[in-house]
Amino acid sequence: MLTVENLAVAYGAINALQDVSFAIPRGGIVTLLGSNGAGKTTTLRTISGLVKPRGGKIFFDGEDITRLPPHRIVQAGLCHVPEGRMVFTNLTVADNLRLGTWRQPDTARTAANRDYVFSIFPRLQERLHQLAGTLSGGEQQMLAIGRALMGNPSFLMLDEPSLGIAPKLVQTIFEKIIEINQRRGITILLVEQNASLALDISSHAYVLESGHILTHGPSTALRADPRLRAAYLGE
Amino acid sequence: MEQILQQLLNGISLGAIYALIALGYTMVYGVLRFINFAHADVFMVGAFLAFFLGQNLPANSIASTILVLLAAMTGCALLGTLIERLAYRPLRSAPTLNVLITAIGVSLLLEYSGQLFLGANPRTFPPVYPSAQLTLGGVILSGNQLLVIGVTAALVLLLQLVIYQTKIGAAMRAVSLNPDAARLVGINVNAVIAFTFALGSALAGAGGVLYAINYPSIDPLMGLMPGLKAFVCAILGGIGNIPGAALGGLILGLVETFVGGSEASTWKDAVAFGLLILILLFRPAGLLGKPLPEKV
Ligand SMILES: Nc1ncnc2c1ncn2[C@@H]1O[C@H](COP(=O)(O)OP(=O)(O)OP(=O)(O)O)[C@@H](O)[C@H]1O
Ligand SMILES: [Mg+2]
Repeated sequence: MLTVENLAVAYGAINALQDVSFAIPRGGIVTLLGSNGAGKTTTLRTISGLVKPRGGKIFFDGEDITRLPPHRIVQAGLCHVPEGRMVFTNLTVADNLRLGTWRQPDTARTAANRDYVFSIFPRLQERLHQLAGTLSGGEQQMLAIGRALMGNPSFLMLDEPSLGIAPKLVQTIFEKIIEINQRRGITILLVEQNASLALDISSHAYVLESGHILTHGPSTALRADPRLRAAYLGE
Repeated sequence: MEQILQQLLNGISLGAIYALIALGYTMVYGVLRFINFAHADVFMVGAFLAFFLGQNLPANSIASTILVLLAAMTGCALLGTLIERLAYRPLRSAPTLNVLITAIGVSLLLEYSGQLFLGANPRTFPPVYPSAQLTLGGVILSGNQLLVIGVTAALVLLLQLVIYQTKIGAAMRAVSLNPDAARLVGINVNAVIAFTFALGSALAGAGGVLYAINYPSIDPLMGLMPGLKAFVCAILGGIGNIPGAALGGLILGLVETFVGGSEASTWKDAVAFGLLILILLFRPAGLLGKPLPEKV
């Protein structure tokens, strides 16, 4: 479904990614692990078109999206919930959700997506007319995910959804991620520093280190790998 | 007392024109974080469009006035989007300084091609609008003032509706807060920026017509002073802040009128710019502006 081939990205003279390749089939949850500065966010930003790569190709559903502008990539069904949530703090929750449906002519589908978002995050419905900036960190994360779901994605990329959120809410959000994957059939690429949690819910994992793929495999196998246990699971 | 009321009225109607121009500066700054120096020349083009159309319309007519206003607003909206498309969009990832210099270039281009094709001599704006006046207990409300205040109030209200009640308005606010986040939810940021230019330029076009009706001598450099003043208003109110631009316009219009009507009348521009410096000294982000957090 999503194929990345030999991706190379540089910020000026700094190489952020070199020769990154992976393929994510439809339907599952795949996680991308890596320590600070490994290039996880850069990978997602490049896939969603915010950063233009120096080399390599990105295919989504067989279409070459490497040079497409971000809004066209979203239209193709690939949504990115960015690190730090980036909700529109100056807009209401309702407007945030409404902007998630930019250029979506199908009002019935919009209504259905909205109902679905409220069903998994009832908190958002309660806070509908509040400015997004007044929400707690966890609620903002729900809004960021909800906003992405309004765009009717078939593929969702989540960048550190647990960052800066109370442990209890992290649990809720991860349950919802599983539910979105299983009930809506949305494929998920999850970036996490909380490796243990991410490996629990994913079937497959890639490990990024200093801009290249160090290793990958089934999550259970990586969990057992002594090198990774030392580096990412703190064991 | 009557004199004060009269000056208040004069000040408001002058400030309204500044406000119309200031809104364009502030809106473009909101989405692109740069000052569109060519904006004042779009104002001038608005006046000239109205001049050429107005010559061929019946004089002293409300219908002619409305027609001329609509034509100038449409023409300026097109010109604004054209400038954005040709001059600014190719520089989207360039440093702000480059864009600023380009804006000055576009401004000079408009001014001097105006002089080349329209001539540098001032022309008399046709009397499209009926002159009349209303006397309310010693205070004279001229028809012109009524027009300026009425049109400005209507346009500002309309703008408020667009920005706060429509989806494209929400998108403008989203782009202004965080363009990358806007891209990630699927907003075509270039389209939103083009729309912002169209909106701001249409207001400048209306401002140009209203200005020319009040000061009926127009020339290709006529945008310079009102443009500079409107820029001051936008900064005064807090650049990027829409109600701020309207407030800045009113304040400057009032200050100018009151200083202009006093002994110190020759100092009115100095007082206007002095005020700017003073306010910025105490409120660097302007009256209604919030101090911007460091962009991450
Ligand atoms: N805009 C930028 N300009 C210059 N260098 C950047 C920029 N963004 C990221 N980098 C550099 O690229 C490298 C990869 O950064 P990236 O944000 O992708 O890492 P990450 O794996 O997401 O890290 P974290 O876990 O801290 O979020 C880092 O060395 C970072 O300093
Ligand atoms: Mg990151």
